[in-house]
This record gives sequence, structure tokens and C-alpha cells, in this order.
Amino acid sequence: MQVIQEDNSTFQDDFKQAKKRLKKQQKQLLFRRIMRNRGIVIGGSTMIFLSLFALFGPLIVSYDPYEMIVTDRLKAPGGDYLLGTDNFGRDLLTRMAYGARVSLSVGLSVALLSCLLGMIIGLLASYFRSLDNILMRICDGLMAIPGVLLAIALVAALGPKKENVIIALTIVFIPNVARVVRSAAIVVREETYIEAIRAQGAKTWRIIVLHIAPNTVAPLVVQASFIFADAIITEAALSFLGAGIPAPDPSWGNILHDGKVVIFTAWWMTVFPGILIVLSVLGLNLLGDGIRDYIDPHTTK
Amino acid sequence: MRQAEMAPDRLLKEGARQENVLLDVQGLTKHFPVKGSLDAFNRNRPSVKAVSNVSFQLFEGETFGLVGESGCGKSTTGRTLMRLIEPTEGKAIYRGKNIFEQSSKELRKTREEIQMVFQDPYSSLNPRKRIGSILQEPLIIHSIGKRNEHTDRVMDIMQKVGLLPEQYYRFPHEFSGGQRQRIGLARALIANPKLVICDEPVSALDVSIQSQIINLLKRMQGEFNLTYLFVAHDISVVRHISDRIGVMYLGNMVEVAPTDSLIQNPLHPYTKALLSAVPIPNPRIKRERIALKGEIPSPLNPPAGCVFHTRCPFATDRCKQEVPESREMAPGHTVACHLYD
Amino acid sequence: MNPEKLLEVKRLRTHFKTETGRVTAVDDVSFHVNKGEILGIVGESGCGKSVTSQSILRLFDEKYLVKYEGEIIFKNEIDLLKLSKAQMRQARGNEISMIFQDPLSSLNPVLTIGFQIAEAIMLHENTSKEEAMAQAVEMLRLTGIPSPEKRVHDYPHQLSGGMRQRVMIAMSLACKPRLLIADEPTTALDVTIQSQILDLIEDINKRFDMGVIFITHDLGVVAELCDRVVVMYLGQIVEEADIYNLFENPKHPYTKGLIQSIPHMDGDREEELHVIAGTVPSLENVPVGCRFAPRCQFADEQCNSQAPELRGIGDGQKVRCWHAEQIAERKEEVYATS
Repeated sequence: MQVIQEDNSTFQDDFKQAKKRLKKQQKQLLFRRIMRNRGIVIGGSTMIFLSLFALFGPLIVSYDPYEMIVTDRLKAPGGDYLLGTDNFGRDLLTRMAYGARVSLSVGLSVALLSCLLGMIIGLLASYFRSLDNILMRICDGLMAIPGVLLAIALVAALGPKKENVIIALTIVFIPNVARVVRSAAIVVREETYIEAIRAQGAKTWRIIVLHIAPNTVAPLVVQASFIFADAIITEAALSFLGAGIPAPDPSWGNILHDGKVVIFTAWWMTVFPGILIVLSVLGLNLLGDGIRDYIDPHTTK
Repeated sequence: MRQAEMAPDRLLKEGARQENVLLDVQGLTKHFPVKGSLDAFNRNRPSVKAVSNVSFQLFEGETFGLVGESGCGKSTTGRTLMRLIEPTEGKAIYRGKNIFEQSSKELRKTREEIQMVFQDPYSSLNPRKRIGSILQEPLIIHSIGKRNEHTDRVMDIMQKVGLLPEQYYRFPHEFSGGQRQRIGLARALIANPKLVICDEPVSALDVSIQSQIINLLKRMQGEFNLTYLFVAHDISVVRHISDRIGVMYLGNMVEVAPTDSLIQNPLHPYTKALLSAVPIPNPRIKRERIALKGEIPSPLNPPAGCVFHTRCPFATDRCKQEVPESREMAPGHTVACHLYD
Repeated sequence: MNPEKLLEVKRLRTHFKTETGRVTAVDDVSFHVNKGEILGIVGESGCGKSVTSQSILRLFDEKYLVKYEGEIIFKNEIDLLKLSKAQMRQARGNEISMIFQDPLSSLNPVLTIGFQIAEAIMLHENTSKEEAMAQAVEMLRLTGIPSPEKRVHDYPHQLSGGMRQRVMIAMSLACKPRLLIADEPTTALDVTIQSQILDLIEDINKRFDMGVIFITHDLGVVAELCDRVVVMYLGQIVEEADIYNLFENPKHPYTKGLIQSIPHMDGDREEELHVIAGTVPSLENVPVGCRFAPRCQFADEQCNSQAPELRGIGDGQKVRCWHAEQIAERKEEVYATS
């Protein structure tokens, strides 16, 4: 065979060169492919903007989110208050900035926690057939109850606190993740390369963690972004109904809750937080779709 | 030229063959229960009799070919030996130990020495892993060598199977079917196995690529002193590569013989029909075909007695009732058929 | 006496529109099929043999996917590529019919096989349903299906692979076409079943004096069945010869290579098999010059720069190679390994 090279030293050299070239190529490619992906660019910049707003917004704004200036109740946007004030005379922009911290951190924690736990459950269910029935029936049971209702019930039982909202929402979203991971993992489990690695004598955990799990990441990332977005909405809904983040603390949902009684006199209290919620949900969905396209190795060339 | 190189190997093989049984399979049986939603409560649920009471031996350094048509249980036999499928009954003695009774720890050690090459070059490589890490995996699993030596070993095996060094960082989807099969073979060989189970390794490949891989398999056998269990449906390929051949039909081993003996002097009526059906790439030869009547019966409900009696031109009443025993008709040539009683 | 030409393909080109541009899957293919003849088209995957056959029936979406060039003359009068859609629909099944590799996916799983055959008949002939059903039973009997009166009521999944292929053949014969195109009809079948199907095809070819285009990658099957063979490589015909010349006197290095790389039942097992080096290039970067040159052991300057034409070389044999005569002389050397 002429493809076999006789000289081992040139073989090694070729390899080193290939490695160098590959690293350089990878950097260029990574950048170019990210820039070409409209979902990642638009969704990513939206999310970066919102995160910056949450991180640095509270440092820049000049008001206290809890300070009520009764004389400045329901001021329209403009003047001293850029986005107006609420019905207690608190600066809306300030509250929105602090609220961004709460809403985004709740969304992110819920997304991460539910993905982690859901992934573990999904992988276990897919690989151990005996566990499959039990775990999936529990998930079915949880999914049968509408998400917001279940969250309200859980928060009511646990008590209205930020941590409890996160726990409640995590429980609500775990079954979705578990299902997605399980169905992806079952497809992968039947592939010959999993059989091949079993034939190598790999331990079960190695097969699950190193070979099955990475192949479920693509759908999981998409799911995570949807859950992030969903969690922001659900948290807002809970707070709007008064069952979420307790009263003086700002969250986008709380501001909406406060605004609903004055919706005809103070439109800004509904519109501005609403825009932030829409932006974050849209941004996350775009980002999720973008990442899914990016991760798929078949599009690498 | 090549012949001169091979000759000593062959002599060695002939000598070694007499004494060293590497793997002894005795009475291997595999029944797959048929799944139904409530069948878990049913004790006598139907099962697919994929492999029934199959026995054969693998001698060190030889290639044992397993042929048969789809559904005859040849692939199941190979997979059961790796315990990718748990057998229903039987023994597989490898180096004095029964593989089927090994604990998962012992089995891991055995799996280092018995490796497998798969049919589908597309699904047998993890699409998310680069070639380098696919080939390193066996070394990590069996803790062979130091981590920093792994790259060298991978390079070494890549070179041997005819891959290029710059392909180390490629993904499987960038390769053609033939190259993937080279990667699959490299993965099987990197842990220095004794026995390689090849499950239809060339049947998904084009003719011109097929011959490259067959040559490679043979060359690697000489270089690593491997024993092959070669499972395939293409008889001319099996004939080319095997020292001995076993013919399976509907889960049963009907005939086992040294290759030339089997091809020139097939005894079992099924083997005869199978051989006569192989198309010959020579338009001047019009071989008399032995037409088999009907189709292969369902393995859910195989015929009583000899499983072949429903299609056999020579079937008698005895064949319908009595399962034929395997008997040796010539040195190393055994057949399970009542015609030779 | 010259045999009557049933179908003549002249300089056929099939272009596919893809995301990255235009890919020419079939490039300058010319051949003919005589009445009552079995023509084999041989080649490896990606050589364009299936695309050629599907182009004859114009099965690709012409609006978005594909563009044809050349002529496909049927029965010395009609150019199939010039027919309107409705006329083409009439020709399909009625004059020319096709069977595929995978009979399960070519049959509708929710309809009985009898209904599907009857439907094929009723599409082209003005018959009642009862008559069509009766004909369906006849067709099934013709293709060797036991107790066809009962089998017509079966669904495809109730039949084995070989039986399904028989049903497909029955369906394609329903309107007594003049030309049958068989695209790898036995590749998915076991050898014993394959030989039954080959016998069946040979039988209907003789009985109805029907032209057959048989597409396969298996040279053994070709040797058993075909009268004349066309060998394709990377979208082009590289050699055309009658069956005896093809195996005994192959002119193109690719044909030679193919014939030698298959293991023979009577070959020397100690010998290494002959190998065609390298792999088939993709259609997106076809080599300049002769398309086989990068893998050819005889390739020289001319081969790498100039593309050879398919040319007659005597005895009805055609070859697309600059050096066919010289290579043919080196017969014994090349044959040493077979």
C-alpha cells in the first residue's frame, strides 16, 4: 500500500504540523462560524446586553429600589425619572435593573439545575431499563399538572422566598429535560459505537458520561434555553399572581403585578418590564437555536 | 513476493493449529423473548430462537469463517461471545475460563483480548469524537501504557492500517466508508488483542475498497498473530480469508470444515444449495443450481427435528422428528445431517 | 441482421442543483438497449448508475432539482426528454417500468398487494376493478408466488423480502412494458433468494421479449444474467462490451481492476487480492483529464491533462481510455493476481 509511509520521523513531523495547523484553523473557524450564525449573534448580544444591565445597571442608577417618594408617585417617563416611577414613588428604571438580577438569576439557576438533574434522570432512565418505567411515570405525573399551577402549589407549600421559587420551578421543568435527554439517549444507546465501546470493556459510567451524555447535549442546550426563557416567564407569572418573589423585592413580574392596578394611568409600568421579558425570551430562543446548529458536528467542514 | 513473506506464518499456523484451542464454544443457545406490553407476567411467552446449541472451536492463529443467510444467527453468535448479548445457555471457554460466567471485572480483562470489528462503518464510530480520541479510548479503558505514550501508540497503529497522521484530528464524518473501516480495525487492534470478531466487516463496502480491507485484515493477522472469527454472508469473501468455515442455518451449525474441504466437497444439502447459488463472475460457467423450495421458516417457531427439513430435497420422516447429531465425516469435517448416519 | 434498438440514450447529462452549485451526476452517457436484451450497468456507489436509470424515467423533480441534456430515444421515435409531463406519466409503468432495491419501502404498507397491483393496471388500462384484481392474481402466479388467490389479500409486511421483490416485479409487469429497469433488485436479498429472482427476471425477459436494464455492483450477478454490459465510473461510461469480452478481454484499467479485486471461488487463497488504490473522488471535484487517472497504475501526462472520449475498439466494444490497446497487451501481467 503506498499510503503507508515507511519513515516514522516524517510521520511524526506530519502529525505535529497537522496539530499546529488544526489549532490555528480551529480558532479562525470558531470565530467565523460563530459570526456567521445569526441566532448566536443576535440572541447572544441580546443576552449580553441584558446581563450587563443586570450586573452594572444597579451600580449606575442613582435611586434606591426600595425608597418610596410619595410625592413622586406615578410620574411619567422623562424628567428626573428616565422611565417614570411606580405607584409607590420608586424609580422604575432602578427597580427594573434590580429586578433583572432577580429574574435572570432565577431563570439561569432553574435552567442549570433542572438540566443537570433532568439529564441525570434521563440518562439513568435510558440506560437502565428497570428504572425507566418508574422514573418516566413520575415525570408523566408531574407533567400532567399545568406548570404554573404546580409551581404555585409548591411555593405555597415551601413559602414565598426566592430560593423556594427556584426549587419549585426546577421541579416543574425537570420532567421536560428528562424526557428530551432520555429520547436522545435511547437513540444513541442503540448506535453501534456504543456497542463497540462496550465490547472494549468500558465501565457503565464511562459509557454513559463520556459517550452517551455528549450526544444528548445538542437537544439539551436548546431545551435549556427554552427553560431559561420559560422560567423567566413563569417567575413573572408567579410574582404577578403574588405567589413568587415576596413584595418589596423587585422582579419583572413584581413590577407588572404592581402595575396591573394602574395600567390605564401608568402604561410605562407594564410596557417597560414587558419589553425586557419579551427581549430575554426572544434572545434565549434565538441563542438556543443558534447553538444547536453550531454544535452539530456534521456542519463542521 | 508477498507469498514468500506469508509462507512461514502459514507453516507456523499449521503446526500450532493441532494443539492450541483459543476459544471453545459449547452448546451456545440464545433465545430472545418477544416483547409485548403485558408479557412480563406471562411465563411461557414466545421467543425467537436465534441460536440453538451451537458448538465450535477456534484454534490459535486461524481464521474461522461463519456463513449463513440473514437471520441464521451468525451475528448473534459473535455478539454473544463478547457478551454484548447475554447467552441463554452454553459455555465459551477462553484460556480455561468460561466467558459467560465471568464477573464484570474479569470480563473487562477478557475484552482486552477479544475485540470486535463492526459491519456499519458509519454508525460504529462516535460522530462527536476525533479519530485520535476514538483510538486512544481502549488504551485508557484498559490502562495500557502511560498517557504520554498514547499518542505514539495511536500514531503507530494508524500508520499500520494505512491512515495518515494529519487525520488524527479529523471527525469520522470526514472519512469514506473504507477509511472508517480502517479506523474500526485500528481501534480493535490497538489494545493488542488475541482474538478479533469481525462482524461483516466488508459487506457495506464497494468492491474495490472491499479488497483493500480484506488484504489489510490478512496482513494484520500475520503481523499481530491474530485469531479471527469472521462472520459474513458473502461466501467468496469468507472462502478467501478463512482457514475453516462453519455454515449456519436457522440458529444451527449444520456443517464445519476446513475451507477447501467445504468448498470442494460440501456434505450438507443446505451447504450444497448455498454454494450453488453464489453467482460466479465468469459468463462461460453456467453452474447447475440446486433450487431450494420455499423460504426460511420463522425462528419464532422453527421446525421440529432437523430445522432444514422443510426445504430439503432429501428429507425423510426421520428428519421431521429427530434432531441430527453432528458427526465427523473426514478429518475436521463435521456435518449435522441424517443422510450421513 | 441488426437487432432492433428499443432504447437509445444519447449524450445524456444529468445536472443536480445543490447548495454549493451544480453537480453533474451523469456526464455524457450514451448507450442503447436492444429488444429482448439484458443490459447490465455496473459500477460502485456514486458512479451514477442509479441516476442514469432514474433519468430515463425522469423521476427527479425537474422544477427545482435537476436538469437534463441529451436525448433518450424510445422505440426509435420518441425522445423521452421532450415528452410532456402527462405523456411521460403514460409511458411510466405502461411502456417502461422499474423495480428498486428495497421492496419494502417501495410498497405502501397500508394497502393489500392485490390492490396495489390492480391499481397499477387500472392507471393505464380501462378495466373494471374485478378484472384488474383477476389480472393481479395472474401476475402473482406468473412471478412464482404460491397460492396467489390468497396472497392478493396480504399486506406487504406479511411477506418475506424475496416475496416482496416478486410482488414488485408482478406490479411492474402488470402493463406488459417493453422495457424493465431493475435497480439493484437483489442486493438486499440472500443468495439463495437472489438466484430465484435472477431466474425469474431471465424468464420474463425470454417470455415477453422484453428489454431489461439491470443495475448492479455485483460482477457475479452480471456474468450470470446479462448479455451486454456498460461499466460506469464517476458519472461516465468507461467501457461497453458484450459479456464475454468484458470478462475475458477487458480493455479499461478500471474494469480490469474491478474484475480482479473480487475474490473468486477458485482463486488462490494465499495470494493478496488485487487492489485499486485510493478511493472514488467526490463529484464536486472531478479530476481534470481522465477521471480514473488518479487511481490508475498506467496513468501518464496525457491522462492527467486530457479527458479521453468513449471510442469504439472493435467487436462492439467501446472504451474511454487513451492507452487501451497498450494496456490490453499487458494482459498476462495484470492477470497474474486473479
